Amino acid sequence: MDKSYYDPKDLKKFGQIAEFEPKLAEKFFDWYGAVFEEGALTQREKSLIALAVSHAVQCPYCIDAYTEDAMQKGANEAMMMEAVHVASAIRGGASMVHGVQMMNKAKKLSM
Amino acid sequence: MIKSLKARGNQLANVKNQLKILNGSPFDGELPTFRDQLTKLGDFPMKPTNIEIFQINVGYMCNQVCKHCHVDAGPDRKEIMTKEYLQKCLDILEQTKIHTVDLTGGAPEMNPNFRWFVEEATKIGVKEIIVRSNLTIIRANKKYYDLPQFFKKHNVHVVSSLPYYQAGKTDAQRGDGVFKSSIEALQGLNEQGYGMPGSDLKLDLVYNPTGAFLPGNQSQLEMEFKRNLKKDFNIEFNNLFTITNIPISRYLDYLVASDNYDDYMEKLVLAYNPAAVKGVMCRNTISVDWDGYMYDCDFNQMLDMKVAAPSSQHINDFDIDALSKRSILINQHCYGCTAGAGSSCQGTVA
Repeated sequence: MDKSYYDPKDLKKFGQIAEFEPKLAEKFFDWYGAVFEEGALTQREKSLIALAVSHAVQCPYCIDAYTEDAMQKGANEAMMMEAVHVASAIRGGASMVHGVQMMNKAKKLSM
Repeated sequence: MIKSLKARGNQLANVKNQLKILNGSPFDGELPTFRDQLTKLGDFPMKPTNIEIFQINVGYMCNQVCKHCHVDAGPDRKEIMTKEYLQKCLDILEQTKIHTVDLTGGAPEMNPNFRWFVEEATKIGVKEIIVRSNLTIIRANKKYYDLPQFFKKHNVHVVSSLPYYQAGKTDAQRGDGVFKSSIEALQGLNEQGYGMPGSDLKLDLVYNPTGAFLPGNQSQLEMEFKRNLKKDFNIEFNNLFTITNIPISRYLDYLVASDNYDDYMEKLVLAYNPAAVKGVMCRNTISVDWDGYMYDCDFNQMLDMKVAAPSSQHINDFDIDALSKRSILINQHCYGCTAGAGSSCQGTVA
């Protein structure tokens, strides 16, 4: 193993995952490309969703890639930060909503 | 306001130093040169088609000092085309079938003979007169306030830079207060009918990315600009041209200083689109500098790469046959015009 788990240069090698399993990689990249094409959502909306999810799954490669992609598609700093807040709200909310489960259990155990 | 590279004595004010960077790493083996790409395509040396556009840089003086300016223009630049050379350009336009004159700078309106030139070009029947106006010049001084009326009178096609539909990004690239002044100028142009539905007066905007990234889809950005400028400022315009920032002059200085140069050049190479090579603007354009010398494009002008037609490098020796037979000069900066959907003074090309 190298000195660091993450190397920014590895992002450019994404396509090389095909080296170990070309058929599935081809299907993956075809599907990936199709996902980001203009559809019911604009390409910029999809890019901002991708940026938000990148933060939720804490992928540094994805954060670099979709920050630039969103800027390229005309997103400004406020839009990108709002997307990060959406991701954070869902992550935080997902913990908080389990508080109801804790309360249910605590009440059941209590006199 | 920042000063030009030239006024600052920056080493990149010397074009030799710019070319040294463009010919060095990562093009010393790691990445293919632009010449390699053309050779692979069977398009080296690149040849011109018919000359259709005469792009005249009437001077490097400008009221703005934009961070990305490939001309290194600014108030401290004193290079201005004389009336004698402007007349020579008119003679060439009259004697040839070149149908479009494209006036650029600096701020072309700051040339003292700018209005005279436009009037004369109209008289000799030049089909299309384009003025690349930075917009703020219209609001810079009382003597320029009537430019929208003047443009209208001569049916000038106005092409103006506006990198974003909000102040923050625009001012970051073009200087404090530029957005507000640009909006006032656009509203003034709209009042004259420019860019309005049903009007023949054309007003196009130019989008340059405000950083080290490539422009996105032109039609999608155009929709976004139209929606926001209409909603926030009741502004209308015709087309949005997306133009890739070319890695020369002040933009090159920015790339190097911000440690973005290698990554940006790699992005340009990865985005290289062979289909864009056919439509690049150097095929049908001749660029003229304030001192009468000719180039394949405004970018080659700034790198002092004069046309490869030894007998016809100056407008005093203009020879359309010699120019038509020349080879177009290239370097790594040409990747900027062939990335993605391509880039030219008229936006995408592929």
